[in-house]
Amino acid sequence: MSFLAGSNMVGGYGGADILKGCTVEVDEGEIAVIVGPNGAGKSTAMKALLGMLELKSGSVTFKGKDITHLTPQARIAEGIAFVPQTSNVFVNMTVYENLEMGAFLRDDDITQTVEQIYELFPVLADKQNQLAGELSGGQRQQVAVARALMSQPSVLMLDEPTAGVSPIVMDELFDRIIEVRQSGVAILMVEQNARQALNIADKGFVLVIGENRHTDTGEALLADPEVRRSFLGG
Amino acid sequence: MSSELKTKLAFAMVAGLLLIIGFSQSWSVALGIFNLCLISAVMALGVNIQWGYAGLLNVGIMGFAALGGMAAVLVSQAPVAAAWEAGWAKLALAAIFFLATVIGTRLCYRKMSPGRHRTLSMTAIIILGLIMVRYWLDPAVASIEAIESAKTGFLGGMGLPIIFSWIFGGFVAAGIAWVVGKVALGLRADYLAIATLGISEIIIAVMKNEDWLTRGVKNVTGLSRPVPYEINLQTTEWFINLVSWWHSGTLSALSKTDQAGVLKQAVIESSSIFVKLCYTGLFASVLIIVLLLSVKALNSPWGRMMRAIRDNEIAAGAMGKDVTRRHLEVFIIGSAVVGVAGAMLTTLDGQFTPTSYQPLRYTFLIWVMVIVGGSGNNMGSVLGGFLIWIIWIEAEPVGVWLMQFGTSWMDEGNSLRIHLIDNAQHMRLFFMGLVLLLVLRFSPGGILPEVVRRRS
Amino acid sequence: MEAIIDITNAIVLILNYIIVPGLSYGSQLALGALGITIIFGILRFANFAHGDTMAFGTMVTILVTWWLQSKGVSLGPLPTALLALPVGIVFTIGIMVATDKLVYKHYRRHKSAPVTFMIASMGVMFMMNGIVRFIIGPNDQRFLDGERFIVRARDFKVSTGLSEGLSIKVSQGLTIVIAVLLVLALFWFLQRTRTGKAMRAYSDNEDLALLSGVDPDRVVLVTWILAGILATIAGTLYGLDKSFKPFTYLQLLLPMFAAAIVGGIGNPIGAILGGYVIAFSEVMVTYAYKKVFIYLLPSSLEPSGLMQLLSTDYKFAVSFIILVLVLLVKPTGILKGKVI
Repeated sequence: MSFLAGSNMVGGYGGADILKGCTVEVDEGEIAVIVGPNGAGKSTAMKALLGMLELKSGSVTFKGKDITHLTPQARIAEGIAFVPQTSNVFVNMTVYENLEMGAFLRDDDITQTVEQIYELFPVLADKQNQLAGELSGGQRQQVAVARALMSQPSVLMLDEPTAGVSPIVMDELFDRIIEVRQSGVAILMVEQNARQALNIADKGFVLVIGENRHTDTGEALLADPEVRRSFLGG
Repeated sequence: MSSELKTKLAFAMVAGLLLIIGFSQSWSVALGIFNLCLISAVMALGVNIQWGYAGLLNVGIMGFAALGGMAAVLVSQAPVAAAWEAGWAKLALAAIFFLATVIGTRLCYRKMSPGRHRTLSMTAIIILGLIMVRYWLDPAVASIEAIESAKTGFLGGMGLPIIFSWIFGGFVAAGIAWVVGKVALGLRADYLAIATLGISEIIIAVMKNEDWLTRGVKNVTGLSRPVPYEINLQTTEWFINLVSWWHSGTLSALSKTDQAGVLKQAVIESSSIFVKLCYTGLFASVLIIVLLLSVKALNSPWGRMMRAIRDNEIAAGAMGKDVTRRHLEVFIIGSAVVGVAGAMLTTLDGQFTPTSYQPLRYTFLIWVMVIVGGSGNNMGSVLGGFLIWIIWIEAEPVGVWLMQFGTSWMDEGNSLRIHLIDNAQHMRLFFMGLVLLLVLRFSPGGILPEVVRRRS
Repeated sequence: MEAIIDITNAIVLILNYIIVPGLSYGSQLALGALGITIIFGILRFANFAHGDTMAFGTMVTILVTWWLQSKGVSLGPLPTALLALPVGIVFTIGIMVATDKLVYKHYRRHKSAPVTFMIASMGVMFMMNGIVRFIIGPNDQRFLDGERFIVRARDFKVSTGLSEGLSIKVSQGLTIVIAVLLVLALFWFLQRTRTGKAMRAYSDNEDLALLSGVDPDRVVLVTWILAGILATIAGTLYGLDKSFKPFTYLQLLLPMFAAAIVGGIGNPIGAILGGYVIAFSEVMVTYAYKKVFIYLLPSSLEPSGLMQLLSTDYKFAVSFIILVLVLLVKPTGILKGKVI
């Protein structure tokens, strides 16, 4: 059984089901990427893992425990961190305060974690006393990821971390994410930039209308001609 | 329960309440309450047009009601010729400068490109204009107010029958609503609420201070009436005949000597009821007209568009509806209705006292009526106007009675008992709040919720 | 020399009639607006009951003050009300927390629109107003004791030899000192403590705060506690400085709202700034400058009128006009507030 797994998840936001039996999972030290066309339920799948929508059937397990009925808050306390796609920083707080908020549930000394974060994202060290709302889009994205990492999660979930940033920034962000993986964190992300994301992915899930269409390693998916034709633009 | 049946039941309950008051207190009291119920219902309809149809949160109802009241003065009072003579020229100049300032500022805003130059020139025009207005207005005011200040000291009115003020009051309120709407509509709901709250306070401040216009805190008393005076009725032959016919049963049983005294008493009592009935007829006609027009408007394409805008402003805007313009329309119409009700109220009171306008009574109480009755439903607003007014009035005697009953075990002279009984009247505010919160919580649509029509 | 004395006299006039009253009134408004802005920042609605909450807290303080006075307790030169204030605060917090549980919590759970909250707050306003009038009555109450003045006009004239006097009331001095201390404490709390940061985070981005593990119930509770403290202190200071009358407190709602919005709603610094902007505008626009001009201008140019821009009764108009101007020119307020 995987470290974090959502199996055969079915559910939606009250109306018609958006997820119709989809399975996503990720292991420690792995990057798993969910790709697929618009409206496939990628973000919804991630929200289901986080407990932000009620599942009709299927289950979510984490570290071998069934967490299907835990609240999002409880899952966060268990060690899952989430970076939303938009509004993912506290704009009226400084970069350092954003990091502090990331570590809100920790009682121990956070200085060391902050040091590590600054090593990972050097630009944040320079801007630590600046309001997050004043930073550029790419820098904000770094703050968002950094905030999530401050809780020392064992799973980091990212909802389209590269949406709206330039290709250079995107490459840099992916580099950072690979670095985070090396520390043993399980990383699950939803991505629009499917090709680049699958490039760094250990596992890939191609979702279509709430179901898994293809599930394989990132490499294999990139090589699969059908996936290339249908989802990667040739 | 069907909504129609519920409406009937609710109104039957109100009628029952009035009957109880009639039997237990007196018919004159019940009729007096009923008249104010009618006015409250008109006012609530006005607010319902704004809130229920369009979702506009107007917390300045007091101001528009007061404008209607002022209209009653301006229409019915006889003009004070001496004051006009003393002040008209300067007043006219002040008015001209005021208009010039407004037009100048607008031109400046329209024609100049945004930036510091525009801001500076607009500020200059406004300051200069205000100085000129004050230069002419101050002496005009002084000379007008100097004329027999104990008796008049203001310009007076048009000397027309007061009933015209009901229309005029609507127009005055509509005019001010247009200005207010131009400025404040388009703000967020809570900002609009606060802005209208402010405007109503300003309107009242103007009425308290501009003695040349409204006599200010010196009040205008003895307004003329659209109905006969009791004192005249009591000496009118047909009325005495009517009363003696009505009471013929009781009268014939009495001796000739007693008859005259009893008849006189009956005539005095009946005259007051007759006057109130006249008012009832007038107010009820207005209520019916406003109600019919409201229902018609709500069910017209215009009403449907209004509700569409209320329910989803963005979608309605995207479909090409001019949201701000529609809001302005509805704001003006609703305010005009409130103005009409305000004029009716002042007519009934027979006097105009600016200090009596308090937001709890004239703004927030009306809100309670609309919310409790059922926002978006015209019959609901009428019901709310009736029911809440009855509770508002009867909470006082009932509260005092309850306190007396509850403290009857205490000494007559116990200071706590005296305090409780003296202050029991204020508990009606508490109960109003409680009713509002209970309805909002357990029946958010009000007693008679909006009927959602679906095309089959 | 003559000219210098004239100018000094004019300055003293302005100090006495504009600066000192403006500072103390501004502090009272600022504290009130802070309460409104914090509630708005966290709970996202304009609380119409805030004026009556102030009246409630002040009423409890007054009752305790009277009781203390009857027992012969006093603070010497300072008003006894300061001793009673903590009791008032505790009661106000109690009633606010109870109101939240009984009224607002329901709407929060159902994620109701801000307008619903606002209408509910009108209901709360009615009830509070009823309670206050029922207990203490609708009339003016005075509860100031101790020394009246820090600086008396007559003493000032004697010691400086000027013809204009400067008087500073104890209540004015207290208002300014307490407001400064309270604001410092509030900002220390919001900037430095864990709970304070959680509140700022919640106000900034509710969802992300929840994702960071902030407990919303706790944030809401602390919000009402802060609002209770601010409302009671603001109300008591206003009552000491002027007088206590339930209706006046209802009317304070407008300048307080104006202050909060003008400064940028949801922004505490903005609320303080707004409080002083509104207070000084009110005082400056309604002050009659005739005497100032008499001192400053040669006697040939002496003004004939009062040189008053607006009569004092139009002070509401001042806060309102500033409010509208700011909303039209910069809808987010002078300092950036929330735009929802």
